[in-house]
Amino acid sequence: MTWIPEVASNLASKVDGVLLLITLLSLVFFILITIVLVYFAIKYRRKREDEETPYITGSEPLEIIWTVIPSILLIVLFIYGFVVFKDMRTPPEDSVEVTVQGKQWLWTFDYYNGKKTINELYVQQNRPVRLVMEAQDVLHSFFVPGFRVKQDLVPGRYTQLWFTPTKIGTFDIFCAEYCGTGHSAMLGKVVVLSPEAYEIWEKGVKAEEGAGVASLPPAELGEKIYKEKGCNACHSVDGSTLVGPSFKGIFGHSVELQDGSTVDVDENYVKQSIFEPQAQVVKGFAPVMPSFKGILSDEDVTALVAYIKTLK
Amino acid sequence: MANHTIAHDVYVPFLEKKGILSWILSTDHKRIGIMYLISISFFFLVAGVFALLLRYELLTPTSDFVQPHTYNVFFTLHGSIMVFFFIVPGLAASFGNFLIPLMIGAPDVAFPKLNLGSYWIYLLGTVIVLIALAKPADTGWTFYTPYSATTNTDVVMITLGVFVLGFSSILTGLNFIVTIHKMRAPGMTWHRLPLFIWASYATAVLQLLATPVVGITLLLLIMERTLGVGFFDPAKGGDPILFQNFFWFYSHPAVYIMIIPAMGVISEIIPVFARKPIFGYKAIAYSSLGIAFISFLVWAHHMFTSGISDTAATIFSFLTFLVAIPTAIKVFNWTATLYKGSIHLHSAMLYALAFVFLFTIGGLTGLFLGALASDIHLHDTYFVVAHMHYVMIGGTVMGFFGALHFWFPKWFGKMFNETVAKIAWLFIFIGFNVTFFPQFFLGVQGMPRRYATYPAEFESLMSLSTYGSWILGFGIFIMTINLIAGLINGEKAPQNPYGSLSLEWQVPSPPPLENFEEIPHVTDWTYGYGKKK
Repeated sequence: MTWIPEVASNLASKVDGVLLLITLLSLVFFILITIVLVYFAIKYRRKREDEETPYITGSEPLEIIWTVIPSILLIVLFIYGFVVFKDMRTPPEDSVEVTVQGKQWLWTFDYYNGKKTINELYVQQNRPVRLVMEAQDVLHSFFVPGFRVKQDLVPGRYTQLWFTPTKIGTFDIFCAEYCGTGHSAMLGKVVVLSPEAYEIWEKGVKAEEGAGVASLPPAELGEKIYKEKGCNACHSVDGSTLVGPSFKGIFGHSVELQDGSTVDVDENYVKQSIFEPQAQVVKGFAPVMPSFKGILSDEDVTALVAYIKTLK
Repeated sequence: MANHTIAHDVYVPFLEKKGILSWILSTDHKRIGIMYLISISFFFLVAGVFALLLRYELLTPTSDFVQPHTYNVFFTLHGSIMVFFFIVPGLAASFGNFLIPLMIGAPDVAFPKLNLGSYWIYLLGTVIVLIALAKPADTGWTFYTPYSATTNTDVVMITLGVFVLGFSSILTGLNFIVTIHKMRAPGMTWHRLPLFIWASYATAVLQLLATPVVGITLLLLIMERTLGVGFFDPAKGGDPILFQNFFWFYSHPAVYIMIIPAMGVISEIIPVFARKPIFGYKAIAYSSLGIAFISFLVWAHHMFTSGISDTAATIFSFLTFLVAIPTAIKVFNWTATLYKGSIHLHSAMLYALAFVFLFTIGGLTGLFLGALASDIHLHDTYFVVAHMHYVMIGGTVMGFFGALHFWFPKWFGKMFNETVAKIAWLFIFIGFNVTFFPQFFLGVQGMPRRYATYPAEFESLMSLSTYGSWILGFGIFIMTINLIAGLINGEKAPQNPYGSLSLEWQVPSPPPLENFEEIPHVTDWTYGYGKKK
């Protein structure tokens, strides 16, 4: 079992310093109080009913000692916590800016060069990133445990967050502010790339599609897209009802729409539902799905259809 | 101390009258205390069942017991019922009602009819919330906007219920303040008051000053939902963060409404079973008031990641650390009271010691959340869940159980089985720690709270926590059965089974109708244990 998540940003080690100091101080006080408590409870246990006890009502020197010492320690903790907090709140001038939108129940990222991703944030190792964030519906909170950063996204106002990723790899993004039914499915990943890989990604080649991914059979690629682009937050594949209809056994059957008409679930209906989700909404579900136009390519949709077909 | 007893053959115990009307129309503070005790205990068990259900869902990472929406309803009901129906009114209304007049040497509270009215308002609030269960809310007990303004569950009914409850809380607080000021027996000066009275006084002040704020906040939310007024909706010029400021302006002091009475209970139990005067009486008494005062100035420490300004966050972090000082002083004083005592490990004393141990953990882990940098990482994770439960269960509920076992003979004139009580205590103590201690690690590792499903890497600690909840639930089950059995079948309780010096033990068990045959004259403070006569 690991005690603490991976240290993957410049801020993580600083926050861990604060955590460590408080842990040590707490342990000292906790062990001290517990030992004294247990020792007294055993040593002074009543042996006879008529035992006499001394009349001790207090001690001023003791009261002063145990008021002053904790006060000093608390001020030290406050200052240490504040100093690191100041760093966490002050992004360097040369940070790369990414705009983040939180929506029930996915993350979208808009980059300076017009690129757009869902649930996957691409950043470069050792290069500071500043996220400018806003929520479209309710409160969300952007939380990357590996980076020790967290910030709420609030409708109607921008909040910011910054970090410098220090490790190549992928790291969990959690939504930490309760945002309704799909809250626990509002997951994402930060993909930290080496400068070379980041350059390739910047130029438009999908970084995750190395030789291995591109050669995936369509249904497997579709499953990958289903999991990584946030479809799984609202559409189950096991028949259970989440925010949207389950994908299980839906393909080739007809479904009833809001206005009572029916439509066959075929390739075209799936494609339309992805790009124009509000056009034909299945009865019993709210029209809350965002459009994936410009995020998923036609090839991606084909792969998704292939995947949905396998879900009998 | 008053030298005052009532002979057993002349007094009429307050439980003598039978029949439902003798209860629902009773203005006797002891009977009203019992009605509160039964009501809050019922809601404690109901909310506890929701806790077991939601922990059961979390046994595995996926949704295999209930769907996410149902899970969200579970934790909303668990939190709302626990907080608003059990823990806030809990000790203050039940034991406060029963004990305050007895402890200060008064025949009743200052406004007995208002007191009965407060209880019926409480009950009205609970009825409204029970109606709301038809389409239960899924907002969490904090009702954060904009989600609470937009979800299609019945948020209006449950918040209306809580709004109504608020009046009960305010009126009870008012009643207790006047009672403590005006009804003290001759000689019962402020510095002779039992510490439970000091704690109740500080709590009452908080109830009176803080509760109206949550009432107004919930009313604004109801108006936003029903009339479409935009207090919190940015599209209509409102501010979602405003709700949080309002909410925590009440709910942080409310944390102390929950814990200060328990601190008062512990300050009564420890001296009696250690047979020692409470160590640092004035420090404990005044620290209750100090905590009550500072608690109004720290609310935004719940909001460091919410988007408030960095300056505000810094000031609130500093003020938060100030609260730690009076709290630490109390823990040191309780521990020092044991020194050279003659300690009897009665079940009530075991709960008191568990309180000191668990509350210390709860308090120390609060430091992680008070410090700005570490709070950013730990906020809204299981670390907060663990910390809060160490304070609320480890603190308040242990205090409540301690009070139940300590004053049980006085309330009902019956004894319970002490051995069974100790076994139940052991299950509760172990079960509680197995449930909540792993959650500190979960939080540090990044597990967010309020997740219906969770990544597989957290499974071992999550399921350990669920197993703990079963042990805890079993312990509470045994405790409940034992107390009910004591009520029905218990031996007759003597007037003062533990040799306490405070006033309520100087009258028969259960106490007579008007408490005292004649108002006692107090000549010494309550804690003169070990004093040479």
